[in-house]
Amino acid sequence: MFRSVLEGPTAQADMTVLVNGAETPAWDGETVAGVLLRVPGAGRTSAVTGEPRLPYCQMGVCFDCLAIVDGVASTQGCLVPVKPGMRIESQQGAREIGR
Amino acid sequence: MIHDVVVIGAGPAGMSAAVQLRKLGASVLVVDEQPAPGGQIWRGIERNASGPIAVALGPDYQKGRALTAAFRASGAEYSPSTQVWQIEDEWTLFLTSEGKARRVRARAVLLSNGAQERPVPFPGWTLPGVMTVGAAQILLKSGGMLPQGNVWIAGAGPLPLLYATQVLGLKGQISGFLDTSRGLNLAALAKLPAAWRDLPSLAKGLKWQRELRRNGRMIRGVSDLRAEGNGRLQQLEWTAGGVRRKAKADVLLVHEGVVPRIHETLALGCDHDWNPAQKYFAARSNRWGETSRPGLFVAGDASGIGGWTAATVSGEIAALGLAGHLGIKVDTEALRRENQLDGRRSRALALRPFLDALYTPPTTSIADDVVVCRCEEVTAGTIRKVARTSTSDPNAIKAATRCGMGPCQGRQCGYTVQAILAEVHNLPVGDVSFFNIRPPLKPITLGEIASLGELEDAE
Amino acid sequence: MDADVIIIGAGVVGAALAYGVAKTGRTVVVLDGGDRDLRAARANFGLVWVQGKGSDAPAYSLLTRQSSDLWPEFRNELANRSPLALDYSRPGGLAFCLSETEYENRAAINERTHNQGAEADTAMVDRAELERMLPALTLGPDVVGASYCKLDGHVNPLQLLASLHHAIPSMGGKIMFRNPVEKIVPVAGGFNVIAAQGTLQAPRVIVAAGLATPTLTEPLGLSVPLRSERGQILVTERLAPILPFPGSGLRQSADGTIMIGATNENVADIGVTVSSATQLALRAMRIVPALGSARLVRQWAGMRVLPLDKTPIYAESLDYPGLFAAACHSGVTLAAAHAAMIAPAMASGHLPDQFAPFSNGRFNVQKCA
Repeated sequence: MFRSVLEGPTAQADMTVLVNGAETPAWDGETVAGVLLRVPGAGRTSAVTGEPRLPYCQMGVCFDCLAIVDGVASTQGCLVPVKPGMRIESQQGAREIGR
Repeated sequence: MIHDVVVIGAGPAGMSAAVQLRKLGASVLVVDEQPAPGGQIWRGIERNASGPIAVALGPDYQKGRALTAAFRASGAEYSPSTQVWQIEDEWTLFLTSEGKARRVRARAVLLSNGAQERPVPFPGWTLPGVMTVGAAQILLKSGGMLPQGNVWIAGAGPLPLLYATQVLGLKGQISGFLDTSRGLNLAALAKLPAAWRDLPSLAKGLKWQRELRRNGRMIRGVSDLRAEGNGRLQQLEWTAGGVRRKAKADVLLVHEGVVPRIHETLALGCDHDWNPAQKYFAARSNRWGETSRPGLFVAGDASGIGGWTAATVSGEIAALGLAGHLGIKVDTEALRRENQLDGRRSRALALRPFLDALYTPPTTSIADDVVVCRCEEVTAGTIRKVARTSTSDPNAIKAATRCGMGPCQGRQCGYTVQAILAEVHNLPVGDVSFFNIRPPLKPITLGEIASLGELEDAE
Repeated sequence: MDADVIIIGAGVVGAALAYGVAKTGRTVVVLDGGDRDLRAARANFGLVWVQGKGSDAPAYSLLTRQSSDLWPEFRNELANRSPLALDYSRPGGLAFCLSETEYENRAAINERTHNQGAEADTAMVDRAELERMLPALTLGPDVVGASYCKLDGHVNPLQLLASLHHAIPSMGGKIMFRNPVEKIVPVAGGFNVIAAQGTLQAPRVIVAAGLATPTLTEPLGLSVPLRSERGQILVTERLAPILPFPGSGLRQSADGTIMIGATNENVADIGVTVSSATQLALRAMRIVPALGSARLVRQWAGMRVLPLDKTPIYAESLDYPGLFAAACHSGVTLAAAHAAMIAPAMASGHLPDQFAPFSNGRFNVQKCA
């Protein structure tokens, strides 16, 4: 859906992050929400009806970019810059809090 | 330690206020939700110094570099990636960054946290593939991201035109621009003479429009937009010139103007005024930017939409007001005159009445099956059902439907609930209030809140 | 006359009474205050709670049990009269004990209630039993056990209020919002109720205006001694189900949100404080430590409507027959009893003797003693 102009056959990514376990190239300055838009199927499902959602506003007000980032659920992905090795997981429906 | 001023937001207004306050000798902490200064308008400004993205973003974007550098050099303490989740009286601010809550104290507070895009629900607006123009532009600034496939822009205002020009400048593709504005109307024309005071901006807007028209992508007089698809956006429908049309779509970017961020001032019980032209509430402030709560100031778009140039000036004005509040020995009236703050601000705002009249907020009634509250997935029909037997108080709708009770805390549905209540109760929109805003201002974990107890024990 | 009965206050007490009056076939008009008035009904925690209630007041304990038993039918009838959701369940409820002392005190309360003649519906469960009851979560190390009452349940209190507001007009009643009452004037055959939107007349008037009740009834010599107490509540984001039983101070709603409450503060203002949020969060995390990762979405405060002895007041004016007052802290738990028992009695013009323990006369007796 989105692609970085920095991406290209010869261009090297700045780092690799894990999206639902899959290694994914990422660029400095990108946020988690940006990555969610580049990886098919990486978005969340809504907490009430479970319908698929992707980041909408990118400025911290819509909460449609909620994701599990390095184990922390309900993180606003648009406010978190990517870091090498970051684990990003899709948040499905109403979240679980573990035991 | 008590800061003289905590500034919330490091966009044009916050940075310019911080720079000025430091010059006047105040201690300043700037708390910013974003990872780097610049706000949304100059997002990524320190990184996008050169290269194709910097070129495409244009000269106005590059103008942020000087102020950002001045801010970095000002000696103001800067706390990026930090959210303010509660503000208590005179003044304790509760912050969180990287999963850790903390508390800071201040003699005065400046809210310069900007604007958000006006949420305008339409059928299919929650589908993956639909997002705002502002969101897409942020993606461009913070990773050089361009939309792929059949990309459509729908809406009104200067931002969609600017963004489209930027995308075309980077050899991106736009399948079409669905202009939902009313076009040049009498009300707008009446404001045109004043707008000539800001000729460069006016010329810029016309240039953007020309470029889009030349590429044959501009479709005017668009209404009744609908996004459709199975699990993601696949197709668009709209009406133009009385004809219903369809097109394949992978990305739809929408924009119907911006509105000030008001959750903080609402939560703090400040007086607000209704802006009838642009249909938003903004905290009432005096000529120094001070709200009805002494010591609490607003500047920039957070105090009413004026754009970045006006925001920098209002930041300087608020800094002088704050200096007065803090008792700093300086002739604020003289500085106001010397720096020509009023003249600079009125020039910066010259184009605004024209834009406000040209790009009026949409007034279309929202169909019953459209989701209004994205978090709690409450439809317009459900809201209407309750509204018919309730008062025109949005809190009655919230209580009965959970609309506005999700994590966004009404940021996406507040104005829509207001509009539906006005429609059902046959009232002017401005006569209906906004939701009561409850803390926290941003969702925070119970663990972070609990950690403040241990902090208390240690003190 | 404008109606058979005028009810002042459309909170959960006034609305349940109006619903009950409408069910008797009488005409009812409800007058509600302004949008910004105190509204305990909108700040409620949502327990339909039996255990611990009226452990020193047998009549209150009995009324609570009766209401709890009336609730399932009340809920179903109400849900049929309104198109709105009304989440209610009665799986039994837990009062968590975080120390041996709390456990012993709780056991003593149950003992006392039982000795007053209540059914043996409440039992202490130890930690091992509690762990079996709550398989989806890990209890904190401080949890010693809990008191479990099989009658306890919970409801979404906001849906309850909205459903009542929907049902009353559909049954021929009328609710006039934003119509605060200035005063009640006795006239021949009834009362004039002077309100912002005009004066209305009825042979019977029930004042259920929460903390504002005494200001309306006392000029007519009907004393309703109340005090207020601030309670703050936290609610989290929606979570997958983990807590199958409502607990005192901790429950998971049908929506999945976790509610944590409530403080007891003797203050006049309705504000919320971070220090209270901290205390509430700490206690919730002592019960379920994993809640530390749950996000708080909202915190609010309400003012409890507390009769001085915490037992409900159903008062009847001796000087002006037909004037009644209803004030209590347990408006949600008692909603079913208010609709089925109190409303028909007040509407008929006289409270039968079974409600004598709730009369305001009890305060005079205490004063004399």
